[in-house]
Amino acid sequence: MVGPAPGGGSPLENANPLIYRRSGERPVTSREEDDELPDSIDDREIFDLIRSINDPEHPLTLEELNVVEQVRVKVNDAESTVVVEFTPTIPHCSMATLIGLSIKVKLIRSLPERFKVDVHITPGTHASEHAVNKQLADKERVAAALENSHLLEVVNQCLSARS
Amino acid sequence: MLQEEEVTHLVLFYENRLKDHHLVIPAVLQGLHALSLCEVLAPGLAVSVLKAIFQEVHVQSLPQLDRHMVYSIITNFMRTREEELKGLGADFTFGFIQVMDGEKDPRNLLVAFQIVRDLILKDYVLGPFVEELFEVTSCYFPIDFTPPPNDPHCIQREDLIVSLRAVLASTPQFAEFLLPLLIEKMDSEMQSAKLDSLQTLGACCTIYGQKELQEFLPSLWSSLRREVFQTASEKVEAEALAALRGLSACLSRSVLSSDTEDLLDSFLSGILQDCRHHLCEPDMKLVWPSAKLLQAAAGASFRAGHRITSSVVPLLLEQYNQHPQSSQRRTILEMLLGFLELQQKWRHEDEEESALLCSRASLCSVLFSALTDSSVQLQLVGIRALTVLGMLPGLLAPPDVQLVVDHLTRLVLHADDSQSCAAAMEAAGSLAPIYPGAFSGRMVQRLAEELQSEREEGRRSTQSLQALAAVSTHPRIVRETIPVLLQCLRQVQTGNVPAEACDMVAVCQSLQRVAVQCQRDAESCWYYHQTVVPCLLAVTVQAAMQENAHLPLGKVLLEEEVLTAMVPVISAASSHLCPELAAQSVSQLVPLFLDGEVSFLPQDSFPCPFQPFQGGQHVAAQRRLVALLMAFVCSLPRNVLIPQQDRLLQELLALSCSCDCPFTATAAAKCFAGLVNKYPAGQQLDQLLETAVSRMEAGLAEGPLRSQALTLLLWVTKGLVLRYHPLSSHLTDKLLGLLGDAELGPAVADGFSLLMADSPDVLHKGCHADVRIMFRQRFFTDSVPKLVQGFHAAGPGVKANYLKGLSHVLNHLPRPVLVTELPTLLSLLLEALSCPDRVVQLSTLSCLQPLLLEAPHVMSLHVDTLVTKFLGLTSSPAMAIRIAALQCVHALTSLPIPVLLPYKPRVIRALAKPLDDMKRLVRKEAVVARGEWFLLGSPGR
Repeated sequence: MVGPAPGGGSPLENANPLIYRRSGERPVTSREEDDELPDSIDDREIFDLIRSINDPEHPLTLEELNVVEQVRVKVNDAESTVVVEFTPTIPHCSMATLIGLSIKVKLIRSLPERFKVDVHITPGTHASEHAVNKQLADKERVAAALENSHLLEVVNQCLSARS
Repeated sequence: MLQEEEVTHLVLFYENRLKDHHLVIPAVLQGLHALSLCEVLAPGLAVSVLKAIFQEVHVQSLPQLDRHMVYSIITNFMRTREEELKGLGADFTFGFIQVMDGEKDPRNLLVAFQIVRDLILKDYVLGPFVEELFEVTSCYFPIDFTPPPNDPHCIQREDLIVSLRAVLASTPQFAEFLLPLLIEKMDSEMQSAKLDSLQTLGACCTIYGQKELQEFLPSLWSSLRREVFQTASEKVEAEALAALRGLSACLSRSVLSSDTEDLLDSFLSGILQDCRHHLCEPDMKLVWPSAKLLQAAAGASFRAGHRITSSVVPLLLEQYNQHPQSSQRRTILEMLLGFLELQQKWRHEDEEESALLCSRASLCSVLFSALTDSSVQLQLVGIRALTVLGMLPGLLAPPDVQLVVDHLTRLVLHADDSQSCAAAMEAAGSLAPIYPGAFSGRMVQRLAEELQSEREEGRRSTQSLQALAAVSTHPRIVRETIPVLLQCLRQVQTGNVPAEACDMVAVCQSLQRVAVQCQRDAESCWYYHQTVVPCLLAVTVQAAMQENAHLPLGKVLLEEEVLTAMVPVISAASSHLCPELAAQSVSQLVPLFLDGEVSFLPQDSFPCPFQPFQGGQHVAAQRRLVALLMAFVCSLPRNVLIPQQDRLLQELLALSCSCDCPFTATAAAKCFAGLVNKYPAGQQLDQLLETAVSRMEAGLAEGPLRSQALTLLLWVTKGLVLRYHPLSSHLTDKLLGLLGDAELGPAVADGFSLLMADSPDVLHKGCHADVRIMFRQRFFTDSVPKLVQGFHAAGPGVKANYLKGLSHVLNHLPRPVLVTELPTLLSLLLEALSCPDRVVQLSTLSCLQPLLLEAPHVMSLHVDTLVTKFLGLTSSPAMAIRIAALQCVHALTSLPIPVLLPYKPRVIRALAKPLDDMKRLVRKEAVVARGEWFLLGSPGR
C-alpha cells in the first residue's frame, strides 16, 4: 500500500482540474442550540468532516475537486455504519489510494469507536478500482501504512487545517 | 553662534579637505552636515558644497553611515536652498544620480527615494537625464527585501514598496519606460511582482493621460485580462480589476480634441469584443471573469458605464430568456445586478441618457419572471435587482411600480421561504420612500386587511406586523401604519379580540422598529411620540383600573413581558425629541403619575383615579406602569428639565424599597438610578444620595425586603459608576462586602454582570446617560484586587460568589486589556476551574482560551492542571461548557510541543468520548481538537 510521492517535481497528472463551489458552513439551527435535544449524526455531518481534506496534489480541497460529494455519503447512526464513496478526478489517478486513506484516517480519528467505516471508490470511476478498494478495506494494511512515516506525513498534510 | 564669515571659512576648509586622503572623508562629511544646517550660510555655498561632493567623493564606496550623511546634506540643502540648487540645472540631477547609483542599504534607499520624489515634485530640471533617473530607481522594482530577524531599524518591505512606488508614479515623464517594465513584471510568475506592478499601474493612472497610455493599451489589456481569466489568487484578481478601472477612469478623464480618436471608445470596444462572447457561451465557464472585467471598466466613469451597459444589458436580457434553468438564470441575473448597481453611482448625471432606458420594458419583465420563479435563490436576486432598479430615477413606469408593489406584497404574505419574505420586506422598506403613494395605497391597505382577518380568525400575524413596520420608511406611510398597529392594542383593551402576550409583544416590536425609523425625521418623530405614547399609556392605565373589576379586560397588556416590550417603544419615541417638544411632553406625563392628571390621554372615561404612588394594595397594577414612566423620563435628553423631579425621586425611592412586587420595585430602582445618573453634580445630589444610601442600608440590614434594597443598591451603583461619581467606590465596597452574605451573596455575584453589561433600556448612550468610555477598565482596576482579597479571606461556603463576581467583571472587559491583566489572576482562574458554578466555569474557560494562544509559555507551567480540568469539563451537563472546554483543549495545542507530548495519548483517548456527544456542536469541536492533537509531534504537521 504505497502511493508515489506527491509533488517531487514530477508534472501533475491532472494539471487543470475543474473546480467546484464549496458549500458554506452548515447553518446552526435553534434545535442544535437546545441543550436537551439530541442531534443524530447525519450525512451532512460526515460530509463536513471530509470535505475540507486537502488534495495531495492541488492546493484545493476534495470538495472543490468534487472527489467527495454529500450524496455519496451514507451514515446510519443507529447501526453505527458509515459508507463513503469517492470519485478520483481522472480514471488513472495514482493518488486514489492516498486520497482514500486520508478519508479513512480522518473518519477514524473523528468518529466514535462504535462506527464501522467503509471507504471505497465510486463504482466505475477508476481503472484499478477493485485493488484500491481492497487495500482500503484491509485493516492490517491501513495500520501498516500509518506506520510508514513518509506516508503518515502525506496523510497528515492532507488533514492539516489550511492556513 | 557662528557668523556668516566664519561659516564661509569653515565651508571652504572642509571643501578642500574633500580632496584629502580618503580616511578623513567621514569626518569632513560630518562637518559639512553640521554646516548644512546653519542658517547663515552665504548664498552660493550650498551649490559649491554639493559640487565638491559630486566631484571629489565616490559616494558608493563609503560605508553606509557616511552615505547616509551625504543624503542628509542633500536633503537639508533641498529644504532650505531650493532656489540656489535649481540654479544648477540638470547638473544637480546628474550629480545625484551618480551619488545614489548602486545604493543597496534599505535605510539609505528610503532617503534617496524621497530625494528623487522631491526632485520631480518640486520641478527641478531633469534635462536629458529623465531616463537615467528612471533607471537608477526602477532597478529596484519590484522590491525584493526581507527584513533580517531582530532588525533594530524596523524597515519593512512595505515601506520600501510604497516609497519606490511614489517615485515611479510621480511623473508622466517616466511613462514610456515604466509601462513596458510593468507589463513585463505582470507577466512574470512571481505573485508579489504581479501585485506590485498592478498597484503601481493603478497609482500611475491617477496622473497619466491618454498620451502616455495610448501606445501600451493593447498589451496592458491583454495582461490584465489574463490575470483575471486565469486567476491564481483573489488578491491578484482584485488588483487587476482595480487597475483596469484606473485605466478606464484615466481615459475617461482626458479631454478630447476634435482630431484625435476617442481612445476610451476604442479601448472599451476591445474589452467588449473580448468579453461579450463569453457571456453567451452555453457552459458559462468564463462568464464571471468576463463580467467582472466589464464591470470594472464600466465602473470608472459615466461615459464608460454608458458605453458598456448599453451593449451588455440587452445581451444579458436575451441570454436570460434563452436559458431556462433557474441556476443559470440566477447567474445571469447576478451579473445584471452588478451592472445595475454601477448605474447607481452615476444617477445624478443626466437621467435622460441612462443606458438602461431602452431596455426598460424587457428588464422589468425579466425581473418579474424571476420574482415568480420557484427557485428561492432566483427570487432573492430578483428582489435585489428590482430594489436597485427602483432606486434609479425614471426607470420604473407607474404601472410597473404598481406591479412591483403587488409582487412584494405577495412575497411578504405568501412566500414559502422566510428568506424571500425577509428580502421582500427589506426591498419594500428601501423603495417606499421613493414611491410613497404606491406603497401606502396598495401595500399598507392590503397588509391592514390581512392583519384584521388574521386577528379575527385567531391566526398568528407575524408577517403582516413585520411588513407594516418594514414599509414605514416615509412620513406619509408612517401616518397610515401607526394607527393600524395601535388599533391592535386598543382592540385588546376593549376586549373585542382575544390576544396572548406574545401577540402584543410582536405588535410592540413592530412599533419599536417604526420608532427607530422615525428618529431621523424630526416631524415624524414628534408625530410618532404624540400618537403612540399617549395611546400606550391610555390602554395600559385603563387596563390597570379594571384589575379588580369582574371581567378584567386587557389584562394581558399588564403582563411583565408586554410591559417590557413597551419600554423600548417609548424609549425610542422619546430619546430623539427636540428639547422644547420633550419639555411639553414631560409636563403632561409626570403629572399623570404624580397627580393622576389623565386629561391628555385620548380616552376620557376612567372608572377610578390613577394613583400609582399612593399607598394601598388595590393600586398594585397601576404601580407596574412605573416601567413606562421609566422608559420615558430616562430617555430624555439631559437638558430637558423634569418638573417636580425631587418629589418624583422621593416617590421612586420609596416605591423601590417598599414594593413587594419585584417587577415594580426593579422598574422604580432603574428609574431612580437613570435620573440620578443625569442629575447635575452638587449639594442637592449629595443630599439625595445620602437619603438613598440610608434607606438602602436600613433595607439591607434585615426584613422581608432585603432583595429589593439590593436591587436598588445595584442600580444606583451602576448609575454612579458610569459617571465616575466619587460615591461609587463606597457603594462598590458595600457590594463586595455583601458577597460574603449567605443569603444575598449569589444575587450580588450575579449583579456584577448587571454593573458591567450594557443595559438594554436605561443607562446607556442611546438614552443620553452619562457614560464614560473607560468605566469598565476603571471598575476592573478598583474592584478586582478587593475581589481577590475577599476570595482568599472568605469562608468555604461563599468563595464561589467571589469567583462568580470576578468572572462577570472579566467577561465584559475588552479582550486586549484582559490579556495583559490575566497572568496576575492566573492562579485564581485555575482555582475557578474547580468551582461547581456554571457561570464561573464558562467565563473562566473563555478567559483561559485566548491566554493559551497568546501566552503559551506562562501557561505551559500549569499544563498538568489545565489538561485535567479541561478534560473533566468536557463532560459537563451544559453544552456551552463542553464546547468551551473542547475549545480550550484545542487551544492547548499552541503550547510548546515537548510539554504536550506526554499528555497526547491521554488526551486522544479522553476525546473519544465527546466524539459521541449527543449535541452536534460539541462533536464538531471535539473533532477539531482531537484532529489537532493527533497531528502533534507527528510528521507533516
